[in-house]
Amino acid sequence: MKILSPFLAPFLAGLLFGLGLCLGGMTQPQKVLGFLDLAGGWDPSLAFVMAGAVSIAFVAFRFLAGRERSLNGAPLALPQASAIDARLLGGAALFGIGWGLAGFCPAPALVGLGFLSPGALLFIVAMAAGMILVDALSTVSAPEPATEDA
Amino acid sequence: MQIDWSHFTPLPALAGGVLIGLAATLLFLSEGRILGAAGILGGLVNPKPGKWLWRLALIAGLFASAPLAVLLFGAQGPVINLSATPLVIAGLLVGAGSRLANGCTSGHGVCGLARLSPRSAAATATFMATGFLTVFIVRHLLG
Repeated sequence: MKILSPFLAPFLAGLLFGLGLCLGGMTQPQKVLGFLDLAGGWDPSLAFVMAGAVSIAFVAFRFLAGRERSLNGAPLALPQASAIDARLLGGAALFGIGWGLAGFCPAPALVGLGFLSPGALLFIVAMAAGMILVDALSTVSAPEPATEDA
Repeated sequence: MQIDWSHFTPLPALAGGVLIGLAATLLFLSEGRILGAAGILGGLVNPKPGKWLWRLALIAGLFASAPLAVLLFGAQGPVINLSATPLVIAGLLVGAGSRLANGCTSGHGVCGLARLSPRSAAATATFMATGFLTVFIVRHLLG
């Protein structure tokens, strides 16, 4: 049963997500870098964004954990991976370096494109290229991830 | 460590976080999916049949949030003080890193922590650490 349109609910989720990022200041690279700069004047705002988001999502996941299917009848696609391996930690380390260089991570960059920012566009093209590069290099060695964490 | 009180905005930050949490709730409740921007974009970069419509819809929502945020609370577009070359390097690292780690700030940092996933906690601690370190090197050792 489709209670919410399969197009509408993800669209609204993206809209809310983007509004939250804008309101929290996370679409401004300088704001993010202000959080990451512990040795300079430190702006703890990002921690408050995380705290708000994690607490709401924590309650939601707790509440919905017993369900097998979503409202639209889709199976709940919780990530099954649990390995803490070199691929995870190495990937996260590279991610943090890029994040610290630009002050951008994927979602705020996509919102930045909504602001018609040429820099955000360039960042997104490079990000997509980075993803394609990893796929190309790991088709032989790594198994296809069945479920994504994100 | 000194807190930069002039830029510290706890209330909008907390409210923004609540909206992000609600977005994650809506997506999980309706589609059974984890809200993770890198994975959602990644699924479009390398699309599989029947699995791209919801991703496209969500990304359309992210785009549309920008003009809406301008209307609602006068949000401003990103100010990027970085030239093209380092911006491209940063994008490559963020793209490759999130693909290797299967997640980014939203997938691991928000949803993973909310699910109490040790794997996501390890990823989040790692990218926070290298993020702090990178900014320290760029601003205080090189800058």
